[in-house]
Amino acid sequence: MAFLEVNNLYKSFGKTSVLKGVSFSLENGEVLSIIGPSGNGKTTLLRCLNYLEYLDSGIVTLNGQVIQNGETIKTMKDDEIRNNRINFGLVFQSFNLFPQYTALENVSLALSLMEKERAKKGLTPLYDKPAEEVARELLEKVGLKEKMQNYPCELSGGQCQRVAIARAMALKPKILCFDEPTSALDPELTGEVLKVIKELKETTKMTMIIVTHEMEFAKNISDKVMFMWDGVVEEFGTPTELFNNPKSENVKTFLQGY
Amino acid sequence: MFSYALSKLALGFLTSLEIFAFTLVFAIPLGLLVAFGSMSKFAPVKYLFRGIIWVIRGTPLMLQILVVCYGPGLIGLPAMRSPMLAVVIAFVINYACYFSEIYRGGIESVSKGQYEAGQVLGMTKNQVFFKIVLLQVIRRIIAPMSNEIITLVKDTSLANTISVVEIVKAARDMASSFGLELLPLLLGAGAFYLLFVGLLTIIFNKLEKKLSYYKV
Repeated sequence: MAFLEVNNLYKSFGKTSVLKGVSFSLENGEVLSIIGPSGNGKTTLLRCLNYLEYLDSGIVTLNGQVIQNGETIKTMKDDEIRNNRINFGLVFQSFNLFPQYTALENVSLALSLMEKERAKKGLTPLYDKPAEEVARELLEKVGLKEKMQNYPCELSGGQCQRVAIARAMALKPKILCFDEPTSALDPELTGEVLKVIKELKETTKMTMIIVTHEMEFAKNISDKVMFMWDGVVEEFGTPTELFNNPKSENVKTFLQGY
Repeated sequence: MFSYALSKLALGFLTSLEIFAFTLVFAIPLGLLVAFGSMSKFAPVKYLFRGIIWVIRGTPLMLQILVVCYGPGLIGLPAMRSPMLAVVIAFVINYACYFSEIYRGGIESVSKGQYEAGQVLGMTKNQVFFKIVLLQVIRRIIAPMSNEIITLVKDTSLANTISVVEIVKAARDMASSFGLELLPLLLGAGAFYLLFVGLLTIIFNKLEKKLSYYKV
């Protein structure tokens, strides 16, 4: 059984079905890029994995454990959902940093709350050092050593997104998801964010799922690429298979646009 | 005579300030509850609170004071003994409703992305509200809240309708018992309001400055 197994996910909003039976699997440490035209369910898939939308049906297993089941999701308690969702981290297209906190506080806030809660419940802490120190190290890792005390409004878009990546890493997610991480950035700023994601892959072997429109980047960084079309996985394979030798007509047409 | 009048007015103004302070202390948190009620996903609760807000904002505060003061007696409940208590109850309910609408506007103006960012970081609903949303709300509502709070200072004069001796009633009492001209006394009372509102304005400006260290 693979590290992440996504099985037959369905999700509709009112009468519009967005996910119509999405299935795929991913090994530990692999990077998956999801490509395809807008409006075909890529973002919804990520949001479902992170419990920001509730599946209508389908099952997600991680490490052999069911962490999401469309049948039971609506009766799950908030605490169960919280426990399951932190297996995933999510980096948003529009960063969604907390404007009233410094870069450092943005990264440490959720972690320090989590550590307090774990201590209360008698669980071992996630780290053997204080949350602030973890945040410092993460910000250094994304190249923002000099900006720790700055507020998001004082940072460029690229720097904001790097803070957001550090923030998502702080809770040690097993899989880190990116929802078009460079789409809200000026073209000259996308490079620094893509570089950080690439370094992350090399230094941490983090399993990642990246929804992106940056084809070159997807080709370089990915172990697997998935093309979504009309709510299903139309084609799934290695970057070489998908980019150099696509089977589906839709993939061919889509790639010609780049 | 002048210093006597001044001390009488000052004493009356203390009562005004008392109404002001009690109203703030209770209406600020109560307003938050009313705001949550009016945003409830459970329709009956939502419409109940919106109905209450409609009635309270749709009728004069003076009428509400009279209802709180004399209403219980009329329907066979124990009559309201202390007019001051009646005034405070009426003010708290009235201002909680106005505050709640300001809070609601503030809360709804915080983007969905802020909630989602907190959620995916494993924060509880309470943590998201108190650690992320609330501070942003406070910043956004300072200007409308200061407006409302300044209005409250002057609304306290309505307490004289049920003979609470706040500053306007103090002025009128003096005028009638000593046969003095009413207008100069009322102008004196006006000066008290004006000075106090000036002080509040300075405080609000400071607060606004203090919270403007970041952009939303």
